[in-house]
Amino acid sequence: MAELTYRQAVAAALAQEMARDDRVVLLGEDVGSGGVFKTTGGLRERFGADRVWDTPISEQAIAGAAMGAAMAGLRPVAEIMFADFYATCWDQVANEIAKVRYMTGGQVSLPLVLRGANGSGGLGFGSQHGQSVENWAMTVPGLKIASPAGPAEAFGLLAAAIRDDDPVMVFEHKALYGRKEAVPDGEQVLPLGQARVVRPGADVTLVGLSITVGTCVAAAAELAGEGIEAEVIDLRTLVPLDAATVLGSVARTGRLVVVEENPGQLGWGASVAAIAAQEAFGDLAAPVTRVSGGNVPLPVAAPLEAEVDVTAARVVAASRAVLAGGREPSGTR
Amino acid sequence: MDGSASPGERPPAPLSRGTTPGAPGPRTSPARGEHASGAPPLAGADELELFAQMCFLRRFEERADTLYRQGLIHGPVHLGLGQEAIAVGAASVLRPGDYSLGTYRGHAHALARGAPPDAVLAELLGREGGICGGKGGSMHITSVEHGYYGSYAIVGAHLPIACGLAWAARIRRSGQVTVCFFGDGTTNIGAFHEAVNLAAVWRLPVAFVCENNWYMEYTPIGDVIPVALPAADRAAAYGLPRIVVDGNDVSAVRQVVGDAVRAARDGDGPSLIEAQTYRLKGHSAADAAAYRPGEEVARWRERDPLLLARAALVADGTAAEKLDEIDARIKADLAELARQVLARPVPDPAGAWTDVWSDGSWQWRN
Repeated sequence: MAELTYRQAVAAALAQEMARDDRVVLLGEDVGSGGVFKTTGGLRERFGADRVWDTPISEQAIAGAAMGAAMAGLRPVAEIMFADFYATCWDQVANEIAKVRYMTGGQVSLPLVLRGANGSGGLGFGSQHGQSVENWAMTVPGLKIASPAGPAEAFGLLAAAIRDDDPVMVFEHKALYGRKEAVPDGEQVLPLGQARVVRPGADVTLVGLSITVGTCVAAAAELAGEGIEAEVIDLRTLVPLDAATVLGSVARTGRLVVVEENPGQLGWGASVAAIAAQEAFGDLAAPVTRVSGGNVPLPVAAPLEAEVDVTAARVVAASRAVLAGGREPSGTR
Repeated sequence: MDGSASPGERPPAPLSRGTTPGAPGPRTSPARGEHASGAPPLAGADELELFAQMCFLRRFEERADTLYRQGLIHGPVHLGLGQEAIAVGAASVLRPGDYSLGTYRGHAHALARGAPPDAVLAELLGREGGICGGKGGSMHITSVEHGYYGSYAIVGAHLPIACGLAWAARIRRSGQVTVCFFGDGTTNIGAFHEAVNLAAVWRLPVAFVCENNWYMEYTPIGDVIPVALPAADRAAAYGLPRIVVDGNDVSAVRQVVGDAVRAARDGDGPSLIEAQTYRLKGHSAADAAAYRPGEEVARWRERDPLLLARAALVADGTAAEKLDEIDARIKADLAELARQVLARPVPDPAGAWTDVWSDGSWQWRN
């Protein structure tokens, strides 16, 4: 077991896959010198300039070049420095990359990865560098979406994304890059579409992704002090979505709180909540509740930012509310 | 994809690259200076073949126009009528394995690389055996098997994608060249500038070919650019030479694109070519193009690429009757092809649920 930071885990996943498959190539702004978030350090030195390409500040060219190279049979990994910048190349992502396989009747596959720093996490990056935008991607059929909650997941999910034959967007969390965790030695690959039960519990299901998994775990610890046992589920990927793990948990707890950092207006939690409402209605003892980032552009000053960011306190309050209201869970079986 | 014809059908053969010099051949580049240009000189028979290919594209598009007017095509259609010399001249200098990409006005570019006409027509008509399985339609005709990596309907989107294909070729040192066709209006969108810049900085083996037909949809291009020529006058910004070619002269296109392709293959990086042409009809089949002055249309009709090619052949001694025969046969073949494709069944609706993911499925959750 080696202790890795989240950013070291990203670099380790890239190195593992580049060593394994010489079709894996990197491109992005400053990636050759290690990148703004230091997630590609040492890769150009180790694998050579033919495998790690610095680009101009041209997100359309970056995403489009990744697509073309993938059509030609390479397995490119493109860094979009801040996930907010997907807005500058959304045509490539949403109209081209997501659709070309379908539009051509399956004539091409796109084994590519788009990855970059997502989310707020209370770092003061504000409205154009601090958004959580994973929900943007989820509106477009044809894109897979992974968002790791810690170093081991950052390693395993990125490796799986690179090996996948479809386009995968990996939303890394900028506030987690410094987080350390012991990661097992040897090859790391985690399946896409398989959620993880982080903490078992019988009273309420808390569903999180990326940074909100930690928020849920913190909330669960506080709830445990009140005698409430929360089950925490880390979705790991939004597409494919492991709805079965969520529904299975709700069948036991009868109560569901979905915790997402992106704004609530059409956040991914809405899809999870709708699935639970439609397919687990009989199991639910209380209405499904969502805790999300505020429906405002992200402010910068710390007190304003904290006002709209997702916090453990808000998850605790939501959990208490779903436990106080409603009827006895039918899902006591 | 099922592009096969039913028993008894004899659809026109795909445009053959087999007998065209500069098409298939050894992967090694000719020694520098071996030819005056990237395209070897043409023998008379080959000029005849280029004429026949342009003729085929012209009659194919006219047939598509007719079918559209009959209400038989579901969705918009953008015809390449009048721009055939660019598609044919450029394709004639490409090898199998080279990549090309085009726009929503892309039928001709797909056919010129050898895409099966019945499968293209079936895609337009929404019949079984469509080249994209009915999921792309007229604006997304693609034939990867023939090196045609797609028709893209968002203006400018495919220039960065062309960079990616060329980048892969550069990394692999495969000698493959990418040719990317786009319209004059594209030179005002950001993706154009990002892509040409990246190609120049990375010295990618790609030729960007602007089909300047002088109108961005309904607006004269001159009204929306601060320079005289949309592509040629932007080339200097990317350290590229200013290249203009008569896009209605198939031999000139062959020569100029041939030079660019050879430079790309030799590792000399990208080119930006402005091929000047004119569409004989509107932006889409639904557009009567009433915004174009009559005398301008008349002037360009005299420079119709088919007329120019025909005149050159006749001047070189080809009998006009022979050219008429070729044309008549193509027309008859296409009428028969349309009849046969229309007689095919419509696609199974279940096809809407395939090809999202590489395993063929569409499911996003369990």
